[in-house]
Amino acid sequence: MSLLEVSNLFVSVDNRDILKGVDLEVNAGEVHAIMGPNGSGKSTLANALAGRQGYSIESGCIRLDSVDVTSLEPEERSHRGLFMAFQYPVEIPGVTNIEFLKTAVESHRAAHGCNEISAVEFMRNLRSLTARLELNPDFLKRGVNESFSGGEKKRNEILQMLCLHPRIALLDETDSGLDIDALQVVARGINEFRSPANAIVLVTHYQRLLNYIAPDYVHVMMDGRVIKSGDASLALALEERGYGWLEES
Amino acid sequence: MSSKSNPTAQELVQNEYRAGFVTDIESDTIPPGLSESVVRQISNIKAEPEWLTEWRVDAYNRWCSMHEPRWAHVKFPPIDYQAISYFSAPKGDKPKSLDEVDPELLRTYEKLGIPLHEQKVLAGVEEDPSIAPVAVDAVFDSVSITTTFRETLKEHGVVFCSFSEAVQSHPDLVRKYLGSVVPKSDNFYAALNSAVFSDGTFVYVPEGVRCPMELLTYFRINAQNTGQFERTLIIADKGSYVSYLEGCTAPMRDENQLHAAVVELVALDDAHIKYSTVQNWYPGDENGAGGIYNFVTKRGTCRGRRSHISWTQVETGSAITWKYPSVILRGDESKGEFYSVALTNNRQQADTGTKMTHIGKNTTSTIVSKGISAGQSSNAYRGLVRMNPGARESRNHTQCDSLLIGSKCAAHTFPYIESRRKDAIVEHEATTTKVSDDQLFLCQQRGISPEKAVSMIVNGFCREVFRELPMEFAVEASKLLEVSLEGAVG
Ligand SMILES: Nc1ncnc2c1ncn2[C@@H]1O[C@H](COP(=O)(O)OP(=O)(O)OP(=O)(O)O)[C@@H](O)[C@H]1O
Ligand SMILES: [Mg+2]
Repeated sequence: MSLLEVSNLFVSVDNRDILKGVDLEVNAGEVHAIMGPNGSGKSTLANALAGRQGYSIESGCIRLDSVDVTSLEPEERSHRGLFMAFQYPVEIPGVTNIEFLKTAVESHRAAHGCNEISAVEFMRNLRSLTARLELNPDFLKRGVNESFSGGEKKRNEILQMLCLHPRIALLDETDSGLDIDALQVVARGINEFRSPANAIVLVTHYQRLLNYIAPDYVHVMMDGRVIKSGDASLALALEERGYGWLEES
Repeated sequence: MSSKSNPTAQELVQNEYRAGFVTDIESDTIPPGLSESVVRQISNIKAEPEWLTEWRVDAYNRWCSMHEPRWAHVKFPPIDYQAISYFSAPKGDKPKSLDEVDPELLRTYEKLGIPLHEQKVLAGVEEDPSIAPVAVDAVFDSVSITTTFRETLKEHGVVFCSFSEAVQSHPDLVRKYLGSVVPKSDNFYAALNSAVFSDGTFVYVPEGVRCPMELLTYFRINAQNTGQFERTLIIADKGSYVSYLEGCTAPMRDENQLHAAVVELVALDDAHIKYSTVQNWYPGDENGAGGIYNFVTKRGTCRGRRSHISWTQVETGSAITWKYPSVILRGDESKGEFYSVALTNNRQQADTGTKMTHIGKNTTSTIVSKGISAGQSSNAYRGLVRMNPGARESRNHTQCDSLLIGSKCAAHTFPYIESRRKDAIVEHEATTTKVSDDQLFLCQQRGISPEKAVSMIVNGFCREVFRELPMEFAVEASKLLEVSLEGAVG
């Protein structure tokens, strides 16, 4: 079943046309990789799917689980299982990670008519996730991303994903800025998350992440369009040959 | 074509004022205008002793030759002091028990969540046997309506009553301490207050007594064109402790109303006074019409050795706030603290801070100020730390943080340090941060509504100060911020 369906999506930012007709279909259980040169519109796509303000949808449609969410608020899309890991996570000083995660989890539970989770159960779950991601437990008491290193911020994005267990996760360059060990930890976290019930869209520049997380599909974006789709071998070809040969074809 | 219209940080902070209703009740009001005869008339209504009448008249005469201070970072049209009424009280004699209180008044306090029945605690706090009840003095316009838990307090020797009553029942204490911390001619508004003050609260905690419950005074301005000029005097005798809370609201009215209170605290040897305020006067509408001018003089003296005074304030209301709760650290090893959250939205203006005057040896003071500005508001911290020549080895630490929501508001910090000692340690830290649309989007992406996100961020920002509030007030303060920041989405 298709979890995410993007059809003929045109998006402008500050009156500049950025996405010029993107189509994408992601089914449960699949991993998609989106690659493409800097400025080709990958992050714009992720932000538009998440409903960020300023990303005007000029035409086209976004469906989650067959429901048109094109005009829903970001938090409503989140409640419906859409998650986006940020290329550049922001800091929220003063709000502790625990508080932030608890508020996020409770917002999701409330949206689905569930009771509040007990603090004990929540903390038990959170501690085990922190351990899995090899994050120092002290991180939970610090402000959201507050003075985290680049790599720590990225791991924190994955922690948030694992807490919210979304149905579709858009991970925007979660691999950039990670050291070799951290890349493995993050890849392991993503692989454990991967299941027949959910789907993952990885935005990445490098094959090295795909060595750990084998994609079912690879898409290449250029100038606001998906210009080529293929299987995992496409990423290897890009690694070898760059993007030039695609432009010519 | 569809375009997302998520609220920006700015749009989230539209203020909805929930205490803005008017109580329909008949009042005895002295017609607008101020003169020596009005001052005498007020004193006469209250059947005051002659020394107090003359004290007021003297204050009035001094006030006549004084001018409004203009140094604060606030702007407002000139106030016509002859257009204000200086006394308004619900008709009839002061009720002797709760049964005699006008039901309309009881409903007012019920709506505001203030318990006038002794078994109740503040609204919003679940009935929890571990939370001690709160004794309440309810001041409505110019007079005190009722004071609860008097008997319980009396058993401990604690005096908690309206100021007018104290003038009759404890004239010696009043005479000894009135004006001893804030002299009549201290400043323009203090002089005005000294001339026309109507009611307020008096507290005396005897030597060695730890006051068994929190004391709360709740001020309500109801009448139109009436100023509120209350006077609070708290005396903590040697080795005693008291935690005193102050709350306030007013109806929504189109014109500005003046509130010029004076609060004096006296802490003797080893006494500790903890004074907490949640100020929620009507702030005016989003265009700046109406609202309270809150021009208040609050000061405490640590008169003895190891005296300790701490001010905690959460200021969310008023069109203009001008107040600097201060501590004079006279006794050796005495301690002064100031914890403040000031939130301004729309066209509100706040110029607030503190003054720590170190006179005794080894005195310490701590200042934590959190300013939150939204809308087109302006929020200024103004603080003075003075180390006098005798203040050997004294120290101050000041932390001053500003949070901006939206791009049309302003935050200012004016720290003044006057040190006459080389061995004094004076530290000052300041930060300014902004609630960004990126932060809001992160929250929303994680499923948190923008309203909830702003209140979470603001609460996190204020944590250090909320920690200082008694539990009942911390709950109320946190909710109040949520209401003040709640808003029209989209
Ligand atoms: N707010 C904005 N105003 C104007 N142009 C913008 C704005 N945001 C993005 N763009 C432009 O849109 C284009 C696509 O940007 P986007 O961030 O989606 O690229 P990307 O594929 O994610 O690139 P990278 O690989 O560098 O992350 C770029 O040319 C960028 O400059
Ligand atoms: Mg990008």
